[in-house]
Amino acid sequence: MADAKVIPFDDDRSRGSRSAGSRRRTGAAESAPAGEGAVGEVQSLPVRGAAAQEPAPEPPEPPGPEESTAARPTAEGSGGADGGEDGGLERRLASGLSFLRRRLTGDYEVDDFGYDAELTDQVLMSLLRPVYEKYFRVEVKGVENIPAEGGALIVANHSGTLPLDGLMMQVAVHDHHPAGRHLRLLAADLVFVLPVVNELARKLGHTLACAEDAERLLAQGELVGVMPEGFKGIGKPFGERYKLQRFGRGGFVSTALRQGAPIVPCSIVGAEEIYPMIGNSKTLARLLGFPYFPLTPTFPWLGPLGAVPLPTKWTIQFGEPIPTDGYAPEAAEDPVLMFNLTDQVREQIQHTLYKLLVQRRSVFF
Amino acid sequence: MGKVVLVTGVARQLGGRFVRRVQRDPDVERVIGVDAVPPGHHLGGAEFVQADIRQSAIGRVLAQTRADTVVHLDVTGTPLGSGSRASVKETNVIGTMQLLGACQKSPTVRRLVVKSSTNVYGSAPRDPAVCTETTAPKSLPSGGFAKDAVEVEGYVRGFARRRPDVSVTVLRFANILGPAADTPLASYFGLPVLPTVFGYDPRLQFVHEDDVIEVLRVCADEPRRGTLNSGTFNIAGDGVLLLSQCSRRLGRPTVPLLLPAVTWAGSLVRTLGMTDFAPEQIRLLTHGRVVDTTQMRETLGFRPKYSTAGAFADFARGRGAGLLPPEALAGAVDRIAELSLRGSGHLPTQSAN
Repeated sequence: MADAKVIPFDDDRSRGSRSAGSRRRTGAAESAPAGEGAVGEVQSLPVRGAAAQEPAPEPPEPPGPEESTAARPTAEGSGGADGGEDGGLERRLASGLSFLRRRLTGDYEVDDFGYDAELTDQVLMSLLRPVYEKYFRVEVKGVENIPAEGGALIVANHSGTLPLDGLMMQVAVHDHHPAGRHLRLLAADLVFVLPVVNELARKLGHTLACAEDAERLLAQGELVGVMPEGFKGIGKPFGERYKLQRFGRGGFVSTALRQGAPIVPCSIVGAEEIYPMIGNSKTLARLLGFPYFPLTPTFPWLGPLGAVPLPTKWTIQFGEPIPTDGYAPEAAEDPVLMFNLTDQVREQIQHTLYKLLVQRRSVFF
Repeated sequence: MGKVVLVTGVARQLGGRFVRRVQRDPDVERVIGVDAVPPGHHLGGAEFVQADIRQSAIGRVLAQTRADTVVHLDVTGTPLGSGSRASVKETNVIGTMQLLGACQKSPTVRRLVVKSSTNVYGSAPRDPAVCTETTAPKSLPSGGFAKDAVEVEGYVRGFARRRPDVSVTVLRFANILGPAADTPLASYFGLPVLPTVFGYDPRLQFVHEDDVIEVLRVCADEPRRGTLNSGTFNIAGDGVLLLSQCSRRLGRPTVPLLLPAVTWAGSLVRTLGMTDFAPEQIRLLTHGRVVDTTQMRETLGFRPKYSTAGAFADFARGRGAGLLPPEALAGAVDRIAELSLRGSGHLPTQSAN
């Protein structure tokens, strides 16, 4: 975006602080001292960055197109090193059939929220992955900022008329995090009213954005994703792109404080341009019961064809975690602290957004 | 001197089973079963008093028997035999009021256990995914059994305030299943083809009859060491089953219908008086409901023997095979696996197990 006026781009300082942050972290990144240097230079190649994270002693592989396909089975956890071609095919067939068998007989487990881990891993993620890899060509940075275990709250900006950014963030965490963590997104209540959408959302592990659910998930040690801008962010006009809206009432901060879970700010660039919303038909929105009804250069005019998102190039950057475990238990009730922390998270996301925008060569490449 | 236990609603399966079970407790001296109609099953030698709890006669029964423990199980969603919805509501609400009035006058009552239901949480898309005992429902049920249960609990709370010396326990049971369960959900799962709401896959929780009897016995007794058995508790088996999983495990195909069509068909069926397919039932089968059972485990100290899946499996065993038995489907997939492996020129060393 050319009209971003803030150019606070101090390359060395920002990089230094980021690597300092990862050094401070305890856990997976510490085992890979070589990965540390790689984080700085490998940034533009997300697949390679992820590969460098996983096995520390292995020499860095040459980047190539086969790598993205090779990384997939390990990410899915469907098996280690395959033998021959035939053996792999046979095993995949067998595992596919046993998957089918379990599904048909109902012999699988879901958690209290309706999260169907097996279906998500085997089917839903494979459907989202082409969109993620081929269509939006998402580049992930700073995935090492997400803790390898324990509860954490990822707070991201929200944009794009349809909540594709949440889904892409889920794929990013799932495919790139060395511990293969699953992101549990908090979604608007509208999601759980709509048929089909609510069913898929529950199976993908999403739940209603309310303090009770968020706290329960964090208490279980899950990774929770939230987009506090809500409909204000996702349904803002194109002219206000990359301008963060108000972060609700900062409920996410008190939830994180109560559970002592770190807050990981996340900035998503590229989602703003998938449906440039140039108008909002309030009448239609009221009629359908939606918070807004987008009018884009293509959308209602070209029918379903207009609903195809523009193939923008995305970048998802996870920032340095903000710890919340150092506060007193009553801190969660302190509104001043709430607003301060909310602003800190918001500023960090906004700052990173501007930085990524300056680095971006083009919207589509 | 042993305890004198008065149980309401003994003409139903659950009440009958509880009476038979509680009599075997060593410190129980006498068990009195009360219902408006004589039970079809035996009560194992317990006394039966035919009294309608909607009448003040229940007060005399309580005074004469000098009961110290009252277990109120006559809070149900379905009529016994050929009753109407109005009479069920009256038994639930007026019956509870009469019973509580009688308890308030009785100097002997020490303990009151009331059967309620997780229906009090309603089922709405805007509710949290897991309801705790303190969760306030976003949309209160507007009618039907759920509203009865909410009102019953309100009266019980009032009673607990007026008689702080009586230990009051309210048990909110999830859907009760078991080989002999006669709940609306059990009859729904008995249909050859299950109508479902298109685009929704509700999360359901079940509790097994055996666990229901056991937890009622725990609550009717003195609290064990380190536990507290007065208050409100959610009672449900561990884990969750989706409706789609239930239908597959039962081997009954589903017919997804659009929500307006389901609502319309439900009201048509109700008008014709074929079954009592209540609106709250439709809401449950649309949005589902899951409750938190931490209090049950930690405060009440009760661990159910059956998980949700276990209770459902036991129920499914008692039902017989559906149109698409899971074993047949699994066998078919195994055969495909065998064929495809042989076709690819490899020995079927280990087919899909």
